[in-house]
Order: sequence, then structure tokens, then C-alpha cells
Amino acid sequence: MSGTPGTVSRYTAPARANHWVTAISLVLLALSGMSLFHPSLFFLTNLFGGGASTRAIHPWIGVVLVVSFAGLFFRFVRLNLPNADDSAWMRALPAVLKGDEERVPEIGKYNAGQKLVFWGMALLILVLVISGLLIWDQYFAQYSRVETKRYAALIHAIGAVVVILILIAHVYAAIWVRGTISAMTTGSVTAGWAWRHHRKWLREEAAKEGRAGKA
Amino acid sequence: MASLAPTFGRGAMTNSWTDIKNTDLVVIMGGNAAEAHPCGFKWVTEAKAKRGAKLIVVDPRFTRSAAVADFYAPIRQGTDIAFLLGVINYLISNDKIQWEYTKAFTNASYIVKEGFGYADGLFTGYDEAKRDYDRSTWEHEFDENGYVKTDPTLAHPRTVWQLLKKHVATYTPEMVERICGTPKAKFLKVAEMIGETSKPDKVMTSMYALGWTQHSKGSQNIRGMAMIQLLLGNMGMRGGGMNALRGHSNIQGLTDLGLMSNLIPGYLNMPVEAEVDFAKYMGTRGFKPLQPGQMSFWQNYKKFFVSFQKSMWGDAATKDNDWAYDYLPKLDVPGYDILRAFDMMAQGKMNGYFCQGFNPLQSFPNRAKSLAALSKLKFLVVMDPLETETARFWENHGEINNVNPKDIQTEVFSLPATCFAEDEGSLTNSSRLLQWHWPGGDAPGQAKSDVWIMSQLWLRLKALYEKEGGAFPDPILKLRWPYKDTNEATPEEIAREINGSALETLYDPADASKVLLEKGKQLPGFAVLRDDGSTTCGNWIYSGCFTEAGNMMARRDNSERDDWGNHPGWAFSWPANRRILYNRASADVSGKAWDPKRKLIEWDGAKWAGYDIPDIAPASKPDVVMPFIMNPEGVSRLWVRGMMRDGPFPVHYEPFESPIPNVLNAKIRGNPVSRIFPGDLAALGTSDKFPYAATTYRLTEHFHFWTKHVRVNAMLQPEAFVEISEQLGAEKGIAKGDWVRVSSARGFIKAKAVVTKRIKPMICDGKTVHVVGIPIHYGFIGAARPGFGTNTLTPFVGDANIETPEFKAFLVNVERIDSGPAIA
Amino acid sequence: MATSSVPSTLEIVRKSATKGGITGALQPSANEVAKLIDVSKCIGCKACQSACLEWNDKVEPVGINHGVYDNPIDLTENSFTVMRFTEWDNPMTGDLEWLIRKDGCMHCADPGCLAACPSPGAIVQYANGIVDFDSDNCIGCGYCVKGCPFNVPRISKVEVKATKCTLCVDRVGVGQGPACAKACPTQAITFGTKEAMKKQADTRIADLKSRGYDQAGLYDPPGVGGTHVMYVLHHADQPQIYANLPKDPHISRVVQAWKGIGKIGGLGLIGLAAVAGFVHHAVMGANRVTAEDEKKGAKVQEDQV
Repeated sequence: MSGTPGTVSRYTAPARANHWVTAISLVLLALSGMSLFHPSLFFLTNLFGGGASTRAIHPWIGVVLVVSFAGLFFRFVRLNLPNADDSAWMRALPAVLKGDEERVPEIGKYNAGQKLVFWGMALLILVLVISGLLIWDQYFAQYSRVETKRYAALIHAIGAVVVILILIAHVYAAIWVRGTISAMTTGSVTAGWAWRHHRKWLREEAAKEGRAGKA
Repeated sequence: MASLAPTFGRGAMTNSWTDIKNTDLVVIMGGNAAEAHPCGFKWVTEAKAKRGAKLIVVDPRFTRSAAVADFYAPIRQGTDIAFLLGVINYLISNDKIQWEYTKAFTNASYIVKEGFGYADGLFTGYDEAKRDYDRSTWEHEFDENGYVKTDPTLAHPRTVWQLLKKHVATYTPEMVERICGTPKAKFLKVAEMIGETSKPDKVMTSMYALGWTQHSKGSQNIRGMAMIQLLLGNMGMRGGGMNALRGHSNIQGLTDLGLMSNLIPGYLNMPVEAEVDFAKYMGTRGFKPLQPGQMSFWQNYKKFFVSFQKSMWGDAATKDNDWAYDYLPKLDVPGYDILRAFDMMAQGKMNGYFCQGFNPLQSFPNRAKSLAALSKLKFLVVMDPLETETARFWENHGEINNVNPKDIQTEVFSLPATCFAEDEGSLTNSSRLLQWHWPGGDAPGQAKSDVWIMSQLWLRLKALYEKEGGAFPDPILKLRWPYKDTNEATPEEIAREINGSALETLYDPADASKVLLEKGKQLPGFAVLRDDGSTTCGNWIYSGCFTEAGNMMARRDNSERDDWGNHPGWAFSWPANRRILYNRASADVSGKAWDPKRKLIEWDGAKWAGYDIPDIAPASKPDVVMPFIMNPEGVSRLWVRGMMRDGPFPVHYEPFESPIPNVLNAKIRGNPVSRIFPGDLAALGTSDKFPYAATTYRLTEHFHFWTKHVRVNAMLQPEAFVEISEQLGAEKGIAKGDWVRVSSARGFIKAKAVVTKRIKPMICDGKTVHVVGIPIHYGFIGAARPGFGTNTLTPFVGDANIETPEFKAFLVNVERIDSGPAIA
Repeated sequence: MATSSVPSTLEIVRKSATKGGITGALQPSANEVAKLIDVSKCIGCKACQSACLEWNDKVEPVGINHGVYDNPIDLTENSFTVMRFTEWDNPMTGDLEWLIRKDGCMHCADPGCLAACPSPGAIVQYANGIVDFDSDNCIGCGYCVKGCPFNVPRISKVEVKATKCTLCVDRVGVGQGPACAKACPTQAITFGTKEAMKKQADTRIADLKSRGYDQAGLYDPPGVGGTHVMYVLHHADQPQIYANLPKDPHISRVVQAWKGIGKIGGLGLIGLAAVAGFVHHAVMGANRVTAEDEKKGAKVQEDQV
């Protein structure tokens, strides 16, 4: 866990690859899903070679997403377990939104918002997988009744909308909070970024480095 | 047909399909028109929708016909006579008789000879050893002029009426319930609805088919209803009649053209051995009227016969050689029906067989016997448009056709023939309607028309006889062959030959200077036939089908007068383009229509005229000449003289395999005069081992064994099944879709189970009777799933008069099994 | 039946996925056609099934016997119509009735399939009321299956396209009636203008009532704006006895939620979220790491080394 001075290593290369596979499939799923969700977005099917191939490819991307997200999940689940800081962070949400982080308590690697993204995605992807399989008629049409499929379609749509909302929040947060993206590109963030947003995590990392150095 | 002719004079559906729309009440019993005749059934629908007609269905199963019926009554298969005689008993007891009609147009008032009697299920003259009757007492009493004595008051104890009344008295509603299993209330409801049509302005039509014929007393089943129709005055009426529904598009044509071993075309008889010469043959065919002034149309027999002989042998048939009478084969037995033929084959007494357009391995009873019989043949020729099981009987198909090809030495020739849609010709349907048809496509592969094949066969036989001679080559060598292309007659040439033509110029018998028809011209109809060899006619009843005006069968004028469904310009209906037989009976004795709203023909003071071709000489006085012109009596027969082997009246007999004994006489098994070969008697089962009453039938989705070759039909009913009641299913642990094994004394089949509410157990003579329904149609060739031949189960016994096999009533056992047939 | 008086022009009035939401039923007009299936006249001969296969040039595989007369056992991608046989003990009379209903597309005035379809023009509705699938535009998603209140459309296995009865629009377009009606031997299936079919139904219902079927009536369910395939039923008060013919069919509330508020609301929320992001960014500006943050962060690191 050595880093150049002034930077903190946040994600390993496999973790970053895992993230980007997940991200790309999620975006493709959102685009293909949206194209079949609202007529005004049907033109998006052109990205996938037309309506029929969009219909065919969408669930397969879903399969990629599930596998990929499962990797992320097991990689990060421990770090996303709730702790006492989360409620404090939540109480300080107005300050968070204002960017006034001095008034936000010190946070470990993930704040409650990030944890919500994590758990939200995990839960919703599970919902989308189940509801998606129920309406993946090409292979599974005979395993459920039409009435079940109707609910599945509705739930799939609602779930997808929420996932997209979370995705927007996630992406927006990454953009708004400058210096974040490098975590998923180069794998590291500046010590100042860590000080500002994840101070507890910085201290922990620094302590680990210290122990490693002294040893 | 062996029952309609003895009753009315002709063996054919009396009305037309289209006429059914004119009825008030349809009784479907002994058939399932909606299932087996869905296209004809439209006229029932029409009568119901447009006239408010009612439909009654009496059947062991709640059928597709029952699905649209107003009233359904169950009946145990093989007990129709008890039901029908019960109806007659009801009609008589409740005075539901069309009296004027019955008195004038039936033989009710005829006196029967002393000595005739009936007791315990048997008429006088029974010889148990011969399984036959001495029918000499089955005759009327005649006066000095040879006319039958009558008692118009019907009071004389030996009038047909009194005998009938006594005969049917046994068949009370309680007895009907006991024998038939039909609840009394349901029987009475049916009887009451039928009785309503005794009013002159109400008519009923009877629609039946194999459900009545395929019994050991099939002819008498039909007689029962024919008698009812006479008592109700429904014969000859629009919307009335006895409507025998034919199972093939051309099966009426088959009998009309005499494709039975004992007939020649037009219901003339093949001579028997005893009729050593023409004089002897004609000696019993005088058909002298039995009442003064009657037409007794068969008096013209000689004209029909001589004209037929001229069509067969032309110039070689002369007055001097008795019109080549000796060329005809003489029967040494009553007939070589299918049962006899296969029995002889099984005994090795027949070693070559020509099988043209049928599939006996699938359609004759006791399949195992058929297999053994075919295996003993030296050669078998199969002419068919389809691959048939018969042609491939020597192949092993596991349990379904379990033979060892090594053991079979029969040489089989398959001659692919065209089907009806690939050639030109006529078909004669149930309505006696000869309709010309044209090819819809070319025949595939090497298929040839039947006419070509038969022509070639004759040409080769002729060449052989010419070269090698023979004991009696004349019938082959001198056959008249007037066709342009010797190799193959055209359908038109054959149709013209059947219609007949003048060999000499014909003059009016009343005025010798008046030319009726120039030499060489086509006959206008059978009325001009001569017995002096000056006319030729292949089939007298068809005469008029191809006249100088052209091919009448090809006419397609669909117009009708007053929406009456008679369509006289559509094709040609024998006889003489008549659409309703015995139509003279639609008017009363004075010649006025019984029902003014239902006029058919009426006497206008000088002649008969109306909507149809009168079925009587146009100038016949109404009070003298009676409507049933084919009968020497001029009237119809409630009591038949010695014309039916099993009795002048129908009697209830159980099927040969029955779940209960005959309650009228427990000693009688089956029809006492049905012929049964010794080996087949041994192969009959009893209700202790085979407790369930089985019946076989057809499904709408299929046509016999043809359509299993067609993918669409095969899909619609893909697999052999049997139908049982929910009660029997529960008793035997059989659920919908399970495999079952159905066995009889002759073999077993395996099929899927359709467990249904449409079959319900019946109580007969205090015993619960379960019905097992078994559709035919499946075999080891075709697009449908391979299935057992249903005929594996059926007994080798037939009707006493016409040898139609008893496919409709026999005994089986049923068991649930875990899997379907093992198919090699 | 005569179809000469039936208008044969095929004007498309609605296409799937071209206007948002569910727009309600087709407006009634004299141009509407209908197929009238008189269950009381039907003998279950399946001529309609074979005519349908033949006309549409489809091949249905040979199946098995399932212990009933129904075959195929359900509608398939090839069989656009099947006869459904029900053995029903009438509790009023104690008598068995064999109810035989020809199942298939009902051609709703307010078609659930069309409402559910995401692909523009894959499902069209003609002015005459016929609802038809255009396989060139169909993407095989199966949404129509979920939209249909009668469980009619099927998705083909190989092409993966939705199929169903077209009401023989190709025949109707040239002045012919549907193939099934042509083949029906008992005129249990007739075809004409909807008005004429309703009149015909009236005479049938009168006939059935005269035979004791007090509840005889026409099945033209208002929940889907009426249909262009209608039934004459002997027991119109209990359509469900006819192999589960729905008593009050309508587009499922679930599908309505999905294709109505769900579709618009979902897209709206997504749009709102995006806008919120922009607004937040504009108001708050970027959340940047300050030089002091870097110093303090570096200090933490140094302290530990």
C-alpha cells in the first residue's frame, strides 16, 4: 500500500477494471432499457443495431452486469457495512450538499451516501435480475404466468428508474466532488481529497503506511 | 340399405341434405352427424336457426351433435331397437299416429297369413342349427286375383296393425329403461317430442349412419325408425324422411353401381347357382302388383337387366343367348362379403386378393385374423392413392403390428392410384346426388387412374385368353369396349355408357310412327329402356345423368324455388333428378298436400306437378296409385314379407358381446340368424372377463385412415385415445392423459385415456354398465402418432342381412399402464 | 357469409409506440367489422383451426393427446386459434353441457397489446377495428403478451416475433371474410360489419332464449372498448365457464401503471435528477480540494511515517 507522498491509493487495478465493466454494462443497460421503455427513446435502439437486437442483447448485458457487480459486491461489502458514522453523516447532509465539509464528521472509506449507492445498487440489481428473468421470454416464457410477468415488467421498470437515479447521483457526485474520478482511473486520490472527504480513512491508511514503514 | 328397400322400395337416403333445413325436429340416433358429417350438419343448424327446429340426440356418449342438441338421452349401444319399438308403443298408446297416412300409405290394413307368429324373441320357422328361418309363413293372405287381403278397419287380428300393436306392447318405458339404460323420464321426453310430429303439419327427420348399421341387427335398427316415420306420416315430406348419412363421398355410388358381390348395377341381383338360366332367373322377378292399379316399378326389371347386359357385352348379348346371361357369375353362397372373403383367406381357400381403394387390415374386424389371412395369400394387389397398412401388413411395427416378415411369403403389388382430387368423374353422395368433379391437380409420381389400371388389367387378361384360351373366355373376350383410346376409357365415356343410349331408333309403343329417340342418341332417362336389346344402359337408376343435353352431373345452377332447398338445376339426383323420394306421399289420398305450407307435388285434376319431379307416373290417379311405386303393394311396409332374414318386425337382440343377457329371452345370444363362422364364435368374450361395453367411432378431425397422412389433421387429433367416464376412471385409477390397455377376447390395444363427463355409467337390468369409447383412425403409417388398429378388438360377426360388422357394440376390459406401445 | 357490404379499405388509425400513453378505445364507426362466433352453433370440428393454418401457411407440429379434445392444447406461434372444450354440469338443469369456444385474438377497440408495445408501428389498429402485428417492426419483446387481457399473442421460437390472429386482414382488404369463417360448416363463425353482426347476434339470442337459455347474450366487453371478435354465449352471465373467458376484461392495472404513469413518471424523474444535478452544480459550484486540505492531508501522512 505504498503511494507517492501526497497521494493515497484508493482502488487496485482489478477493482477499477471490475468497476468499469460494471459501469459500462449498467450504462448500456440503461440505454437499451430506456429505448424500450419510452417510445421517444426508441431511437436509442439504433445504438444496438435495431429494436430486435436491442431486445436480444439487453438481458445478456444484464448477465454481464450481474457477474461483474457480484465481484464489486464481495470486494466492497465489508467496507459498506453501516456504522455509527453513517447516521452522523446523514444528519450533516445539508452541509454535505453545500460542500461545507468542515461541519461534517470524519468519515471512513465510504460515507453513508456511498453506502446507500452500494446497497441500493445491490438490492435493485437483485430485483432487476429476478424481474428480468421473469420477462426474458425468449428462454423463460413458460416458467411464469402472464399476471406474474406483468408485475415483473412493472417492477423491472420501477427498479430500473431508481437504478438510473442512483447512477445519476453517483456520477454527479463523482463529477461535483472534484478529484474523485482519478480514484477510478489512476487508482489513487490526493491526500487533500482524502483529508477533505474521508479523513478517518486517510488516518487509517496513514497509520497502516506508518506501521508498514516502521516494521 | 337392406332395410330401407324392404320398407319403402329403394335403399337410399330419401330426402336431400339441403332439405333437412325444412324440418321441425331432427333425431340423431345411430349416428353423430356433427362429428362425422359436419358439412351436412349445417342444414340442421339452418333448420334450428331459421325454423326453430329442435334437435334430439340419443347416443351412448354425449357427442358433438349432443353439444348443440335441445335434448340428449343416453342409450346403451346395441339396444336401439328396444328404444325405437318403445317409441312405437308410446305412439300407439298415446294415439300419436298420422292415421290417414298410415291407413292409406302403409300395409297396416294388410292381413298376414295364418300360421305366422312370434314368441320369446323368435318368429315362426326358426331353425337353430341353420341359424336361419323358414320364411314361408311370413306372407300375406291373398284373394283369388292374387291381391293381398286387407281390412281397412284394422280390426282383423291378423292385420299388420294388430300384429304390430301386440309386438311392441312389451317395450314399455320401464322395459326401455331396463334394456337401454335410458332413464324413463328422458325416454318419455324423446317419445313425446317425436309424437308431436304425427300432426300433418309437423315433420321429423331421422339422421343416422354407422351407429345403426354396424350391428349384428343393423338393418332392423333402421327398420325401427322407418316404421316410426311411416306412422307419423313423415315419409315423402319436405323436412322428413330417413336420412342415411354416408361415410364416404361416393359410398352411395358404390352400392348404386353394385360393388357388392351379390349385386349388379342399379340394385339388380347377381344370379345364384339355382338360377341356371335366364328364364329361371326372371321367374321370381315378375313383381306382379299386389294391389290393383299399382305401378310395381320392378316389373320393368327385364328392361334394366337386358340393357345392362347390352352395355357389358354389346352385340355378343343377343336374344338367342339370353342376353349373355351365362356370362354372369353365379353365386354359390348368398354373397362374398368381406367377412366371408377374409374367413376363406384365413382358411387358405382364397389365395389372391385385389384391394382397390380400401384398407382392410385397419377396417375389418378382428385384426389378428386379417393379418393371418393376408399372410396366407400368394399375392395381394393394393391400388390406393396412399400408402396403406394393408400394403405393408408384413412389416413389423412392434406391438402395433407384431409380425415376422420372414414368415410371410405373400407377394404384394402396390399400384399407386390417383385420388378424387386428381381425376375427373362423378361422386354420388348421401343425397343420391351425382356431382361431377374436375381434377384439382396432377397425380404425383407414377400414380395412374383406377380406370387406367383396370383397363390395363383387362387388356392383359384378354391377351392371355386370346393366346392361351381357357375354359370359358367369352365374358372377357367379348366385353364391350367402345372407348376411343383402348388403353384408357375417359370418365366421360364411362358416364355416357352408364346413362345409356339407343342401339336402334326407338319408336313410341303407342304410336309406331312416332320416333322417340334416334339410333345412337343418349337416353333421356330410364323410362325409354327396352327389353328387346335396342337400348344399352350401364345402370338404369343413373339413366338421365348424361343425356343429349349434356352432362347433367356437371350442372351448377344453385337456384331454388321459394327457398325450399330443392335446387333441381344442381347436378343430377337419381332417380330421374328427383330430390325427395316417395314425394307423392306428401299429399293426401285426394292429392292435396298434407300441409299447405309444405307443398311438394299436388294433383291438379289431370296430373301431378309441383316443386319436385313426381315420384309416380304423372297421370296416376291419386286415389288409385299409391306412393311407394317400387313395392308391388304400392304402399310401404310396416311388416315386411320374407325379405329380411331376421324378421318381418324388428326384435331387440343383444349384441353378440353384451354386458347383460337378453332380458326377453336369455338363451338368445346376439341376432339369432346372424352368420358366425365357427372360429369366430370361439373368439367371443363374456362380461365376467371383459366387463365394459365398448363402441368404436370416428372423429371429426379425421377421415378413416386417410387423413392421418395429413399433417394438419394429424396435429388436430395426434394420438389414439379411448374415452371413459369419470366414474370408471376413478374406479380404475385412470386420469386424463394416462396410458391404458384395452383388451377384448381378440387382442389388446394401448392408447391415451380421455376421462370425460360425456360418458356416464348406465343402469341396465339392475347392473351398472360402463361405456368405453374407442375412436378408429390410427395405424402405423402416416403423420399422426403410431397407434393400434381399433379393429384388433372388434368381433368378426355381422348384420344378418348385409354382413356389416358389429363394430359398435362389444366387450372389453380396461387397465391403467405406465407407458405407451413399444414401437419397433 | 356475404361480406360484400363490408368496407375493405385499410386505413391505419393507430400505431404502437407513436403517441405516449394509453389513448383509449377506437371511436365507434360504421366502418367497423366484426367476427361473430356463435358458441351455440359450434360443433368443435376444428375446421377453423385447419383453415387458419392453411391460409397463414403455418405448420403446427404433431403433438400428443393430453386426455382432452383440445389440440394443440393452447394457442401457439402457429396456431392463432384453438378450440377450447369445457364439460360443464349446469347446476340449474343438472344436465351436462359441452361448451366449445374458439379462442383467439378478440381485436379489442382498446387493445392492450398495442398499449404495451414499445416498438413504433409493430402493432397497428385499422379504422375497421382490426388489430394487426407488423412483423417488420416487431422486436419480439413479448410486451404485447403482457398487455393482452385475453392472453393471446405468442412469440415465435425462431424468428422471435409476436404472432396472433390477423382477422385475415389480407383477405378483408380484398373484400373476403376470414378463412375460419369461410371454413366453418355451421356458420358458427360469421363476418360482417360490427353493426350487422350485432343484429345477427340479436336474432340468435332471441332463438336461444326461446330454447330456455334465459341468460343468452352477446360478449362484446366494454372494458376493452368492445371487441371485433364477439361471442354469442348461451350463458352470457358466466363467460368464465367457457374456458375462462374473462367476465370483465380490461387492460391490466399493472400494465396501465407500467405503460401510463410508470413510463411518463419514470422518464420525468430521470430528467429531474439530471436537472437537479445541473442546478446543484450551478448553485454550489464544484466541491474542490483546497491547498489547505492538501497540506493537512500530507501532514497526516507525514505524522505517521
